[in-house]
Amino acid sequence: MTLRPKHQRLVLITLAAAALIGAVLLAMWGLRDRAAYFATPSDIGAGKVVPDKAMRLGGMVVKGSLKRDPDGLTIHFIVSDTKATTPVVYRGITPNLFREGSGVVAEGRLDPSGSFFADTILAKHDERYMPPQMAAQAGSQ
Amino acid sequence: MIAEAGLAALWLAAALAALQLALAFGLGGHQGRSIGTIRAVALGQGLLTLFAFGALIELFLRSDMSVALVAENSHSQKPWLYKFAGAWGNHEGSMLLWVTVLALAGAVVALFERRLDAKTLGASMGAQAALALGFFAFLLLASNPFERLDPAPLDGRGLNPLLQDPGLAFHPPTLYLGYVGLSVAFSLAVGGLIRGNVGPAIARAMRPWVLAAWILLTLGITAGSYWAYYELGWGGWWFWDPVENASLMPWLAATALLHSVNVLAARGGLRAWTMMLALIAFSMSMIGTFLVRSGILTSVHAFAVDPLRGTFILALLALYIGAALALFGLRIAHVKEGAPFEIVSREGGLVANNLLLSVILGTVFVGTLYPLIAEAVSGEKLSVGPPYFDSVASPLALALAGLMLIVPQLKWRRDAKPILPRLAPGLLAALAILLASILLAPSIGLLPRLGLVIGGALVPASLMPLVGRSLRRAPLTIWGMVLAHLGVAVAILGTASDSAFTQERLAVARPGDRVEVGPWLIEFRDVLPIAGPNWTALEAELRASRGSGVAVMRPQSRFFSEPPTITNEAAIHTGWNGQLYAVLGEEAGEGRWQLRLWWKPFVTLIWLGGLLIALGGTLALIGRLFRGRFSISFGKRGYA
Repeated sequence: MTLRPKHQRLVLITLAAAALIGAVLLAMWGLRDRAAYFATPSDIGAGKVVPDKAMRLGGMVVKGSLKRDPDGLTIHFIVSDTKATTPVVYRGITPNLFREGSGVVAEGRLDPSGSFFADTILAKHDERYMPPQMAAQAGSQ
Repeated sequence: MIAEAGLAALWLAAALAALQLALAFGLGGHQGRSIGTIRAVALGQGLLTLFAFGALIELFLRSDMSVALVAENSHSQKPWLYKFAGAWGNHEGSMLLWVTVLALAGAVVALFERRLDAKTLGASMGAQAALALGFFAFLLLASNPFERLDPAPLDGRGLNPLLQDPGLAFHPPTLYLGYVGLSVAFSLAVGGLIRGNVGPAIARAMRPWVLAAWILLTLGITAGSYWAYYELGWGGWWFWDPVENASLMPWLAATALLHSVNVLAARGGLRAWTMMLALIAFSMSMIGTFLVRSGILTSVHAFAVDPLRGTFILALLALYIGAALALFGLRIAHVKEGAPFEIVSREGGLVANNLLLSVILGTVFVGTLYPLIAEAVSGEKLSVGPPYFDSVASPLALALAGLMLIVPQLKWRRDAKPILPRLAPGLLAALAILLASILLAPSIGLLPRLGLVIGGALVPASLMPLVGRSLRRAPLTIWGMVLAHLGVAVAILGTASDSAFTQERLAVARPGDRVEVGPWLIEFRDVLPIAGPNWTALEAELRASRGSGVAVMRPQSRFFSEPPTITNEAAIHTGWNGQLYAVLGEEAGEGRWQLRLWWKPFVTLIWLGGLLIALGGTLALIGRLFRGRFSISFGKRGYA
């Protein structure tokens, strides 16, 4: 069927509106449980984090907490946001600026035991870089 | 003196932009009489801005540390190339580059656009001047690149070592040319809406700019992705970083515009929709700049952590985008109805293409800006990561690729003949690949498998428009479309192969140890210190072999002193069927070293696909620009 021009514009506008609404609905569906994608040790302490779900953990690496396993690859350290702490286990190569006493963002999953198993430790590209969430914390301290 | 001359040229150029705006809308522009003057003013504005940009490059090459920008971002011991590229590797310089491209684009339109009537062209030049004026103001009032430093320091602070890479030196200019090329589409749409002249003429004037901008964005995104892949040393090639999204969003809008502008130019359809897309595409470019330059979304590229600048750019954005949308709302009733078409037709398919691209754009946009908006509204800090984008955008992208199997085979306006025979090659290929993948690789995930099936089916399907034509006489525009669609197929295959078949190995090794990954056996030979022009490094020697032949790989840990930074330089060995990727970690005690190795089958197809897409676009652009002059050699009717 060929639509009359008037109808055609109406159909196109309707389709465009539907697409727009569809995009927003889809985005909201995608975001529904991503709001908790970034968490701090306090959030974990408050029980806001669902275990075994992909998430990011941010905080400071507690001084003196970094331990290396004899396998040469696995490290253990404690992340703190000054109010609570979470132990983190990571197997792999750490980014160059990862060190005790500086900020860190780890991607991974929270174990039901309360430890965080990181798949990735996000590289910071220079000393001044902080994830936005950490910068706000550092500023408020 | 050079700095002062550059600054004076910028002020003069800004004054010319104001004059151009006044000429276009105030002083007789309505009659289109001042178009000759506007042309001259636009040319002067472009040349003056180019002079200012040249002055900044000269200051960087001379390492003139009395200029604050040079002192903060350069160092006299830096290699020549990075002094040169350092001119735009910072906030002020990159904004100057942006304005230079904007002014030059305006000058080129003013000089060479002869098909459009004088009134519409005049209004478009006015819009281009209004854009330039705002960014001149931002540069002169909030980001002066020529500011002096008194007393001048002995030497500069250096350039971020991550940015000291030949590929990256030319990455920002490529993207900027693409971003700003879209400003012409924006200005033409504004001019057309103001003068009530929205039709094929506007679309034909717009088309080469959209095509050129889209080619450059494609190249910029492809190169940026490869840079992230080899420089960051994480084995990944797309991280959904806000900066990456900032370049992806204009690309998505430009891709939609590229298809709809053809419908308008050739068939007179999709008038209002095409104007809307033209406005959105450049708005996305400006939002991209804002995201990167404001420092609101912190990332490696965010040099400008300065709220005043952020507010200034935000105000400019609100002004331009708001005014453009208001104009669209006011003038939409004066846009004529487009030519009718049936639902099953090329036009109908391109509408579906545009809707899907818009939905992808919308979801990426929401995901990128949601953290900003959530923070502004509720003060809550959060981050949206790859899981969101992967789960939302990947299925939509595959659906879009599925559409590409069908739409290029459809006819314009109405398609009465049976469609199935034309779709058969693609469908048969899809079926064959599906069966083969289930037999040979039963355990791969759903999305990678769909990617292999759709990407594979798209290879024969994308070639179909050439079937039944004389290859020598087929118009370049057809070749362009075929190559670009083939590039999409190739890139999808690479992506799917990378996520389905990549093998990773994390190991500690002593000199003499052997590590296996995929089909490769890698011998760890030694770690030795070496020195480069402005860095020192620990370099490992690896000997990788599979069957016959040995590839030597040398991953490094580099130490830069200005500013003090360590970077990991991955070693990549490229074979015909994939890449072996090696990263050297830290010393793990007892003479052992950490090694991370990946075998990535056919991962190179991702960037090869990007290059094919850009090559297709280039052929189409050549076909468009020279068709009038060489119509005999390129045939009469194009894909249009």
